Amino acid sequence: MADDLINSFMTGPDEKGRFGIFGGRFVSETLMPLILELEAQYEHAKTDQSFWDEMEFLWKHYVGRPSPLYFAERLTERLGGAKVYMKRDELNHTGAHKINNVLGQIILARRMGKTRIIAETGAGQHGVATATVCAKFGLKCVVYMGATDVERQKPNVFRMRLLGAEVVPVTSGRGTLKDAMNDALRDWVTNVRDTFYCIGTVAGPHPYPAMVRDFQSIIGKEAKAQMLEAEGRLPDMLVAAIGGGSNAMGLFYPFLDDKEVRIVGVEAGGHGVDDRMEHCASLTGGRPGVLHGNRTYLLQDDDGQILEGHSISAGLDYPGIGPEHAWLHETGRAEYVAITDSEALAAFQLCCETEGIIPALEPSHALAHVAKIAPDLPKDHIICMNMCGRGDKDIFTVARHLGHDMGGL
Amino acid sequence: MTRIDAKFAALRAENRKAFVAYVMAGDPDYATSLEIVRGLPGAGVDIIELGMPFTDPMADGPTIQLAGQRALEGGQTLQKTLDMARAFREGDDTTPIVMMGYYNPIYNRGVERFLKDAQEAGIDGLIVVDLPPEEDEELCIPAQAAGLNFIRLATPTTDDKRLPKVLQNTSGFVYYVSITGITGAAAAEAADVGPEVARIKAQTALPVIVGFGIRTPETAQAIAGVADGAVVGSAIVKLVEDRRPVPEILSYVAGLAAGAHRA
Repeated sequence: MADDLINSFMTGPDEKGRFGIFGGRFVSETLMPLILELEAQYEHAKTDQSFWDEMEFLWKHYVGRPSPLYFAERLTERLGGAKVYMKRDELNHTGAHKINNVLGQIILARRMGKTRIIAETGAGQHGVATATVCAKFGLKCVVYMGATDVERQKPNVFRMRLLGAEVVPVTSGRGTLKDAMNDALRDWVTNVRDTFYCIGTVAGPHPYPAMVRDFQSIIGKEAKAQMLEAEGRLPDMLVAAIGGGSNAMGLFYPFLDDKEVRIVGVEAGGHGVDDRMEHCASLTGGRPGVLHGNRTYLLQDDDGQILEGHSISAGLDYPGIGPEHAWLHETGRAEYVAITDSEALAAFQLCCETEGIIPALEPSHALAHVAKIAPDLPKDHIICMNMCGRGDKDIFTVARHLGHDMGGL
Repeated sequence: MTRIDAKFAALRAENRKAFVAYVMAGDPDYATSLEIVRGLPGAGVDIIELGMPFTDPMADGPTIQLAGQRALEGGQTLQKTLDMARAFREGDDTTPIVMMGYYNPIYNRGVERFLKDAQEAGIDGLIVVDLPPEEDEELCIPAQAAGLNFIRLATPTTDDKRLPKVLQNTSGFVYYVSITGITGAAAAEAADVGPEVARIKAQTALPVIVGFGIRTPETAQAIAGVADGAVVGSAIVKLVEDRRPVPEILSYVAGLAAGAHRA
């Protein structure tokens, strides 16, 4: 196996921002000096105890960390096999893991003297987290959101506006997350002096994939300690949903060198991973290419044009994936599977019924994979899945798919 | 010596500034686009920048974005853009063609294969927006080895410390982007651009061409006056968007070229 040749999976990226051939800095010259400055500032902050002290204080008092590691007893009984634990990051302030990373980037932006924060958002969770932290620090916040997503995620749009952010609907391209990211990059190219681009996932040019991973790694660090406390050993398997892949990278990273822990990423299979390309499974159904500043697996046509893909979950609706995942896939350290819209919907309902937890559609994909494999695993097998977001934002979508009339709601 | 080097040598001998025009290949369709490209040298264009459409042109403003979308909807591919260059070359063996766009379609085709095809099609240089010097091994170095110029953008954020790195593997000419922003944005003032061009020329013998935001013969003249030439893109592409007849587009280009050549 390829991973026998690698001493550690935790040393990347290299000085060029690469994980194997993936990652890099594929941006225009206007942005290059900004990215180099960000890298230098982050490298400095990373080794500065006062930076992490501030993070830890806010993680505890503002976000509500540590999030619990919860044994899902009734779900485990229902599935009749492996023990299922949930890392409850949906209990964070703003309802998802996104704020872990946003806090880090905004504290860094403040240290860099930036006064204007821009972000892209798909489902709106990263936009809400960014608007929230900007409100807390009194920073100007502009969120780019595809016009299609503005329409299907109205509650989050209103939330961002309440928090004082300007939400800019993006009509270029087809008006989804990828186009929002294009317009955020265009804004950054234009407003280079005062603006900090707060990217919401482990993608983009170096140092973003590594930096976002480092901020999200709090999930895995906590899970590791909590699992040792609960079970006296590490889990046998980690499972997390992947759009860009930040919640998954956050859970996986601290376990990468624990080779006895199997690591599984769950991509959005949409209507099924086949030639129709109505899915967002970049690793399962895409191939390497260059977009948004990094080389990674992408959904693309024969001419190298980027495809839109489809997922019931707006948060997974992205044609790429973080470069570190692409590398973990190629080295074989992590495995990646796809779950369809209807499988995710079934898992959503299962979780509501058995655990009294309304999950977001994103972690419902991870849960669907757990539900698929747990029954065939022994009872002493331990699975830790990342419950990375709560489902309040998704009830309208779910109602529509289940044929419920929500009336005037 | 590429056609680009030869063109600048000739312009220098005549003491003339260069006028560079950008059009999107395949916009609004292959045939019209080829007709426009074929008319450019007659309108006074010294160097043609042929845009390669891409779904995600993250450094371009709305005009070029829409042009790319129209071209893709019309079935334009990288292969057809190479075919267009080859068709142009059949009737013109001197006007340099620079292909301009983003890396993914090239990477997808395979760098080696692309460079071979580009050379056979009569392409002289490449501008690939999302390949900074930090990624030179991807395409820049192989392209130079294959005899193509690799033209780099320098911007207001490229400070004196960084400039040598940007210039290091650049050939043909340097494209100075006169503003921080996307294509089609407001024009810079010649008075601001002059010192920037001088700053670059202090570190390179290559010609420096200035673009972004030029729409009128007067601006073309003013900008070319403080550099080695001027580039116009969005303003020409806008006329294609408005479905103006080809002769009208070419006459507008001729006006801009005359402006630049008066400098």
